[in-house]
Amino acid sequence: MKPAIVVKGLTKGFKKNQVLKGVDFTVDSGEIFALLGSNGAGKTTTINILTTLMEKDGGQATVGGFDVAKQPEKVRQSISLTGQFAAVDDVLTARENLVLIGDLRHVKDSAQTAADLLKKFNLADAADRRVATFSGGMRRRLDIAMSLIGNPPIIFLDEPTTGLDPEARINMWDAIRTLAQGGTTIFLTTQYLDEADELADTIAVLHEGKIAASGTATELKRLVPGGLIKFSFQNVEQLEAAAVALGKKYEIIEKKNVTLTVAGGDNAGQVAELFIQLRNAKIEPTDFSQQVPTLDDVFFELTGNKKEEK
Amino acid sequence: MHSFKDTWTMTKRSLSHILRSPDTIITVVISPIALLLMFVYVLGGALEPQAGTMKYINFITPGILIFTVVSGVAYAAFRLNGDVQKGIINRFRTMPVAPSSILSGQAVSSALSNLFSCLLVLGAAFAAGFRTNAGLTEWLLFAALLALFILATTWMAIYFGLKSSTPEGSGSFSYLLMFLIFLSPSFVPTSTMSPVLRSFAENQPFTPIIETMRSLLTNGAAGDKAGIAFAWGAGLLVVMYLLSIQAYKKRSL
Repeated sequence: MKPAIVVKGLTKGFKKNQVLKGVDFTVDSGEIFALLGSNGAGKTTTINILTTLMEKDGGQATVGGFDVAKQPEKVRQSISLTGQFAAVDDVLTARENLVLIGDLRHVKDSAQTAADLLKKFNLADAADRRVATFSGGMRRRLDIAMSLIGNPPIIFLDEPTTGLDPEARINMWDAIRTLAQGGTTIFLTTQYLDEADELADTIAVLHEGKIAASGTATELKRLVPGGLIKFSFQNVEQLEAAAVALGKKYEIIEKKNVTLTVAGGDNAGQVAELFIQLRNAKIEPTDFSQQVPTLDDVFFELTGNKKEEK
Repeated sequence: MHSFKDTWTMTKRSLSHILRSPDTIITVVISPIALLLMFVYVLGGALEPQAGTMKYINFITPGILIFTVVSGVAYAAFRLNGDVQKGIINRFRTMPVAPSSILSGQAVSSALSNLFSCLLVLGAAFAAGFRTNAGLTEWLLFAALLALFILATTWMAIYFGLKSSTPEGSGSFSYLLMFLIFLSPSFVPTSTMSPVLRSFAENQPFTPIIETMRSLLTNGAAGDKAGIAFAWGAGLLVVMYLLSIQAYKKRSL
């Protein structure tokens, strides 16, 4: 499939601060791509360059097959942007906001398009109220609805759930998934790992101006070495005995009350081996659990190590 | 192309902003009317002899109208800067719409609301004793010059609205323009000023504009400064328009 966005060696600096130091990634058509990074990592700068708001210093970027620097007009035909803060007109009503964008995008029937979107985004009851009276979640929904007018094939969402309450956040995730099912390519930035894990087909971690790692959530999780196994015992004596028995061959990660965490591997064979060792030492654990690596572990592994190198 | 349709779409939006905050129109109109009354009834007695054979209210009405426009266009800067701060301008900038259409909507609505304010102020001037010898041609020329001045200062407002980092700061250019009104023959003839100020006053753009307006309304003739007045207006309009379009394209927030 033809890629929707291709970025190669992208650089951008502000005065003495080099924000992007050679960013590379590719976004396939129809996928949800999450650019993950902490505050100030350069996520918004990347979005600003891809949506033609800002000029890059170096490297190449194409969106929808068009060069952002040479054919910004063509790029604008195929994208829409929902920025970090809801860019809605407070003085107008929700309906008027939608009709305005519909008119500017020259859709056939702006009024009907507006009515459909109001319904879809659960804003029909508030349609004719001024947006100034809206809650944060309603503003966000309207903001996204405005971005969908004219069905742009590539949608950029800059931290779409920042500042939303948990329920609004889940509604937003549903809306994003629905969009992607319709074939729209979605480029989103987030600082929340669970959001990237939940939504994205591909995740790229932006750290210190470069892509530190990218892939599916599963692929990224494999970057964290070894699964951790946690055993519980009847008493401390048992725990100490187990620690001695397992400590010969495995790394003991943590001893806490009557639980013992061991770096023992993540497949069934490796886990079984741990039980055999305990059986041989005549120790019966009361409980056990497998600690699956989370994206958090990946993120801290990637970003923490990078910091130490400096 | 779609430019006219887009400009009209943006004009409608901007007009509803103005109509939904009618207090701004009232604020814009009240201060020039207060200034007019103060100059006529408080200072007028002392200043009237300076105006030669002319009635003092006839002398100052063009300057009061310029004052009305200068304080009125500051709101255009304020509104536009609000759009910039809220990210609305960035939304438009990522859409396939010509920069001129987005900004012209603001310009047209600002021009209409300022013309309306000027009508109200002119009405107040008539009530306070302003009289004119102008015929239809002079009125039309006067209206054309006023509209040109409004458009030029509106595009100046658009430029500062795009460039400022706060809505409050975006209107500060209008203070500079206020200064130019007082350093012009708006309220007293330049011949009564000190030599340095006088040479500045006689060569700054507001002077020929105010003198031409005054000449059209009271003498019923355009006067010898009409050419330079229209040239200043047109020149300022073109420069501010081009700067604004550039600022819109380059704006990165």
